[in-house]
Amino acid sequence: MTERYVYMDHSATTAVDRSVLEAMLPYFSEEFGNPNSLHMWGRKARKAVNEAREKVAALVGADAAEIIFTGGGSEADNLAIKGAAFTRRDKGRHVITTAIEHHAVIDAFHWLEDQGFEVTILPVDEKAMVRISDLESAIRPDTILVSMMFANNEVGTVQPVAEAAKICNERGILFHVDGVQAAGHMPFNVRDMGIDMLTMSAHKMYGPKGVGGLYIRNGVKIEPIVHGGGQERGLRSGTENTAGIVGFGAAADLALRRLGDGSIEEEVRLRDLLIDSVTSSIEDAYLTGHRTERLPFHASFCIGSLEGESMLLRLDAAGIGASSGSACTSGSLEPSYVLLAMGITHELAHGSLRFSLGKDTAREDIVYVAEKLKKIVADLRALSPLWENRG
Amino acid sequence: MYTEKVMELFMNPKNAGRMEDPDGVGEVGNPRCGDIMKIYIKVKDDRIVDISFETFGCASAIASSSMVTEMVKGLTLDEALAISNKDVVNALGGLPPQKIHCSLLAEEGIQAAIEDYRAKRKAGVEAKP
Ligand SMILES: Cc1ncc(COP(=O)(O)O)c(C=O)c1O
Ligand code: FES
Repeated sequence: MTERYVYMDHSATTAVDRSVLEAMLPYFSEEFGNPNSLHMWGRKARKAVNEAREKVAALVGADAAEIIFTGGGSEADNLAIKGAAFTRRDKGRHVITTAIEHHAVIDAFHWLEDQGFEVTILPVDEKAMVRISDLESAIRPDTILVSMMFANNEVGTVQPVAEAAKICNERGILFHVDGVQAAGHMPFNVRDMGIDMLTMSAHKMYGPKGVGGLYIRNGVKIEPIVHGGGQERGLRSGTENTAGIVGFGAAADLALRRLGDGSIEEEVRLRDLLIDSVTSSIEDAYLTGHRTERLPFHASFCIGSLEGESMLLRLDAAGIGASSGSACTSGSLEPSYVLLAMGITHELAHGSLRFSLGKDTAREDIVYVAEKLKKIVADLRALSPLWENRG
Repeated sequence: MYTEKVMELFMNPKNAGRMEDPDGVGEVGNPRCGDIMKIYIKVKDDRIVDISFETFGCASAIASSSMVTEMVKGLTLDEALAISNKDVVNALGGLPPQKIHCSLLAEEGIQAAIEDYRAKRKAGVEAKP
């Protein structure tokens, strides 16, 4: 039907890489043992989980003992935030996060609020960047936890995480980072950056869905949220998802290789080509988020006088998978809170579009997407009463 | 999530675009999501003889616009006023529950265009020497 199929929604999820799948397959039927069993079957599974832990730790410069496997990024966020707040609740009741966090973080903070914690939500500037001065002035003597995402999923902006970490470290405040979008895509080292806890998710880096990881710096104590058999150092009970964890390890391996072999640099070139093509060839099209401090694979826009769902469906019909934060796509009929927090108007937020590239995205794909989008925008603008009336 | 009919009209809307020299124009907005629909009509002998629309909104809003313009073309003004958003939804083979409100724009757009036409005509008659 269409000339090409171009999946450009890697911020939502990625395909499991062949090498990852192959690493996982033996752990379903052949090496099916419970890692907690003493016998050979159990020992083989335990060994596989330990090796995966080494690989995930290596990706972010941690020790294997500092990695806890969870059932995904959302669970790791919840464990970090609730677990830290409950451990430190006698030291203080004030916790801080930002206006652009993923729901897994924001909603955990709202829940803490219901439990009697006081929450400060930091604003962002028009590029979705948190101002360090805002963090500094929000900190109180009873602040126990700060959670700030590494990079935003909707607009790609990379936050000043190292600076924020320094401020928190100096004041003895636990510092959690939701690194779901950044881990495996940007080189960084949790120790150098002063991060106390870091959330990762396998399915955003060519691993399986439903497997996540939480780095917890050696010495940091948090309460579990899942109680039971005491697996994962008591922080996440439940028989380990061996195949999934092995897959996460293989994905971390792949990511580490890609971070060193020039892949990311090429991704940045393609990303910039898309950004430049869209903003130069389409009138009234704006990049959302920061131009340079952004995820290497992420290009997001607002297209004036248009609505996101209609663009997504036309793109889909052209074989292109993208996403949008428009009100009409949200179910709640409210535009994305991230775009609103950046000061983008309701009307412009309507036309939000996100393209997130992957390791198999080719230059021809970018050219194809830019061409199709240009045509779709022109066709839909011919239908838009706002386009002809724009001032 | 959308029916084939909705997708067909969304991909190839009928009666789309602005009209030069219309007899009536209705512009309505959706207070829930901020979308806008504009309906243009040409009227002869109390009948809608031509119609077009412009819509800033989702696929459901665009398909509803297209559908309602086809439904009312050729009808008398009173017949057109009797078309409800339910009729539009039925003609589309249904809409997802969270998208029903988009079809209201279609009903209201027609009403607004007819009101505009009637108001202009009244003013025109009164203004004649
Ligand atoms: C920034 C961010 N945090 C957390 C999550 C949740 O991760 P998971 O889907 O593994 O639960 C996502 C994924 O959508 C994300 O983009
Ligand atoms: S017009 Fe906004 S949801 Fe349909």
